[in-house]
This record gives sequence, structure tokens and C-alpha cells, in this order.
Amino acid sequence: MRHGSYPTLDIHTPEGLVFFLRLAGPVVRFLAWLVDQACILTLAQVINKLLGIFGLISADLYMAMAVLTYFAVSVSYGFLLEWFMNGQTLGKRILGLRVMDAQGLNLSFNQVVIRNLLRFVDALPALYMLGGISLFLSKKCQRLGDLAANTIVVWSPDSRQPDFSQLFSGKFNSFRAYPHLCARLLQTVHPAEADVALNALLRRETLDPIARISLFKTIAGHFKLRLVFPQEATDGLSDEQYTRNLVEILFG
Amino acid sequence: MIIDLNAFIREEKPYWTELEDLLDRMGRDGAFHLDLDGVHRFHYLYQRASSDLSRMINFSAEQAIRVYLETLVARAFAEIHETRKRGRSFSLLAWFFKEFPQTFRRRIMAFWVSVAIMGAGCLFGTLAIAVDPQAKEALMPFAHLQGDPTDRVAFEENAKKDRMAGHKSSFSSQLIANNTRVSIFAMGLGITWGIGTLILLFSNGVMLGAVVADYVLAGQTPFLIGWLLPHGSIEIPAIVLAGQAGLVLASALIGWGKPMGLRTRLRKVAPDLVTLIGGVSVMLIWAGFVEAFLSQYHEPVISYSTKIAFGVAELLLLTVFLARSGRTKREKQP
Repeated sequence: MRHGSYPTLDIHTPEGLVFFLRLAGPVVRFLAWLVDQACILTLAQVINKLLGIFGLISADLYMAMAVLTYFAVSVSYGFLLEWFMNGQTLGKRILGLRVMDAQGLNLSFNQVVIRNLLRFVDALPALYMLGGISLFLSKKCQRLGDLAANTIVVWSPDSRQPDFSQLFSGKFNSFRAYPHLCARLLQTVHPAEADVALNALLRRETLDPIARISLFKTIAGHFKLRLVFPQEATDGLSDEQYTRNLVEILFG
Repeated sequence: MIIDLNAFIREEKPYWTELEDLLDRMGRDGAFHLDLDGVHRFHYLYQRASSDLSRMINFSAEQAIRVYLETLVARAFAEIHETRKRGRSFSLLAWFFKEFPQTFRRRIMAFWVSVAIMGAGCLFGTLAIAVDPQAKEALMPFAHLQGDPTDRVAFEENAKKDRMAGHKSSFSSQLIANNTRVSIFAMGLGITWGIGTLILLFSNGVMLGAVVADYVLAGQTPFLIGWLLPHGSIEIPAIVLAGQAGLVLASALIGWGKPMGLRTRLRKVAPDLVTLIGGVSVMLIWAGFVEAFLSQYHEPVISYSTKIAFGVAELLLLTVFLARSGRTKREKQP
């Protein structure tokens, strides 16, 4: 299924609830893979250094350990981490990806092993070309390993509890003095518009100062066209304060 | 319409946190167990979170909290509706001596197909060399096999120093890594409806047949058997077993005569694939050591009869192991 511009996995629960999980596309998965490759190389280097003690006994033994270590790390990194970290490798965790069963159930160890062993085939002929083609063609964005293991990769960049504490600080809201306008605001504003204003406020600390001023000017300007509050309610309010007052009414 | 988000979060957040903590504990500890009250509470929290998500979907476009709730409900949904066992204790010995041979026997048809394809490749390679000795260059990709077998045998038998000295272990590890990689390929190529697996098995058979024909025609049969049998008696069956795993995967994809959906078929074969490829890896570790530490030594260092006897003994043990180890009562019944 698709919601907007991105593919999703739709889950229908027996309780009658339908919700969708956003599937990870090729680019974000490639970035996670790059991070994982860097981790594998670093880990192999660290273990090689530790194995250096075998070099004191025999250079041959050291070489043997180095070859086997790299092979074992590169093969087992994916399935051990995905198994012990609930479907995530380090790269996936950083990028907000998670491997899941294609039917929304728990991942089994066998699924994790198969999807990782089939990387050898997905990587053919070079740079995961076969896996990439499969990912583009598959409805659920699955590479061959995912198809064989019956898994998907979902993308939820931020699945932690959101922090709303900075929004509802109990500050005086001059718009509250006009309940009929507040009611009209609730009636006319589309949820998507409200969402834009809310997200702008939630992310305001991460914005560049000039971009922040410009963004809130645009948002406040948009809402001012929709609904006009009396001048005494808006006197001295910055565009950001204006937006915060609106959001407080919309969500509070 | 937009809900009263502030009051909603204040009221529901403790329940979400409780559910999240429970799910984290389940994820961390495979043996985590809930008593009846715990199960009731877990189910209640799941339903409450589902209801909250339903309200969020219908009444607000707020993204962050919806994504959070979707993830939370999806995790709880997976825990509640999962019917497969989890956190089962794993015994390496039981797996190797029972599960692995049992799986091999359960999928014996795929093994015989694998043997037949490799055998056909072998026959093709043998005939090709017998009919046209010049085909050697095309059929054998390894430089050290391109020369005259008689010259190689003379060189090996007259060698004054141990050419493997100082790199036996590293050679062994390279063999293990390379052969395991080939085996994973043989299994993984099953995803091409088995075509890739069949090509890999056939091409390996062709190379083997060509080498055998080359040495036999040159009158170097004892050297050939003494060289190949100690490690080949384990390595070649291991590649065939990897092919067996690939064909099992292919048969699940094709699904002839199976009244099940693709996902169910793949789910059913997954444990067998992992067991077979795991067993193959163990076999290849052994073969790698034998190839580096024994196969590369020839007469007069080790007599051919000793090496052949060792290889035959390995082959017999492997046959008995795969045919008899971990036999269930059901298998024993005629």
C-alpha cells in the first residue's frame, strides 16, 4: 500500500484497528548499510589488534585468525545485532530503521539468519545491484533476502515519546479572550495546517535564527489570512508567539 | 476535529510508558514470563494504546505521537499474535547430532536432486577432458591444475622441503572462509527458483570431473585419490548439502502441490535452511583443516594408502552420521 508518496505496510488488527508502518526506501537503507560497513571494518580492525598477541607465537596463526575473524564478523554482524537489538543493527538504529516480520509478528532467529545470509546474493554483481532492483520492484520494498525470510524494513525516524513540555507551559494566551474566534479557528483549520504549526514549534530550537523568524512569519501570515483576531489581542506578539497561541488553542 | 491533546497525553502517557516498559522487558529477556494477571494487564494496555491510536488517526494529524503509538501498538500486536515459540534453550550438541541429520533426512529428495546435478556436471567434465584434452584450460580455473598431472606428481613427491611450512593455518582459514562463502551462495541462489543453485552445482561438478579425468588419464589415480579424498569426502558432500538447502528454498518458492501460500511455505522451510547451512559450515571447518594439514602432503611424507583409508573412514562416518544420527521412533518404523 501507499500513503502519500511513500510505501507502507498496513496492519489490520482483530480489534478493528488499521494503521500503517512506513517502509524504508533504498536510499535510507543504503545509508544504514554504509554505517554498518564502517562498523564491521572498525570492529574487525579492533579484534585484529587484540589478536596481535597470536603474532608473537606465530605469524601464520595470526593470519589465520585475521582471515577467520573478518569473515565471521562480516557474516554474523547483521544477524547477531538484528537478533539481540530487536531488528536493528547500529546503522539501522542511527537511521531509525527496524527489521520486522512481513505480517507484523515477532522476528524469529531463522528469519534474521536467512535475510542476512542472502546478502551474498543481493550483493551480486556489485554494490547490492540485485537487491536494489528487487527493492524497487517489490511492493513492500523487499530485497531478495527479505523475500526469502518474509521480512520488511520499516522506517520510524522518531518512535520515542514526544516531548510536549515546552509547548504547554501555561503562559497567558490573549486569544482566549475571544472564545467565538477560537471556536471558528477549531472549525476552519485543517489538521494538516495545525500539524505544520505544531511541528514548527516542536523543532524551533533546532532552526537557524534567520530561518526560524522566516518560518514563523510565513506560518503566522497564513493563519492571519484565515482568521483575524482583534488588534488588542495581537499587539506586541511576535510571529512565533502568535503561532504558539494558535497551537495552544488548536491542541490545548 | 482536533482532540484536547494536552489532557489526552497527561491521562494516557503513564499507560503508554507501562506498555513500553513491558515490551522492552520481553525484548531483552527471551525467557520473560507473565502470570495470568500480567497477561490481562498487558492485553488491557495493548487495547488502550490501540484505542488511543485510533483516536489519534481519526482526530488529529499530529505526526510524532501517532508514529510513536503506531510503533508501540505494532510491537504489542506482534507479541500478542505471535504463535511461534521464543526463547527456546539451544544445545549445540543436540542441534548437531539430532536436528541437523534429521533435517537432512526430512529433505532427502532435494539432496538426491543436488547429487544428480553435481553428478551430471562431473560426467560432463570427465567426458569433455576425455574427448578434448584442450578443454582443460576452459574447465579448470585454477592455474596449478593447468599443467601436466605427471609433472605435478613428480614435483610433489620429490619436494625436499615442506612448501606448506609457515602458512598451513592461514591456508586452512582461507579455505574455510571461501568454501563457506560458496556454500552460502549455493543456498542463497535458491531464491532464483533454484536455477542459480543448479548452475553452481553443475559447474562445480564439471570442474571436479575434469580434474578426475585429467589425473586418471595421466595414470595418476592413487595420487588423485590420496590428494582429494581426505578433505573431499567432507567438502564435496558439504557443497551438495548446501545445494540441497538451495533447492529446499526453491521448492518453497515454486510450491508445487502444496496447498499453502508463499509466505507460509517460506516460513515452514526457514528453520531447515538455517540448520542445513549451519551443519554445512561445521563440515567445511573440518574439511579446511584436513586440506591444509593433511591433503597437501604426499608420498613419501604420508603414504597414499593412509590418506585414502582416512578419507574412506571419514566418508563412512559421514554417511552413518547423516543416515542414522538422531533417528526418531517414526523414522525407525518400516
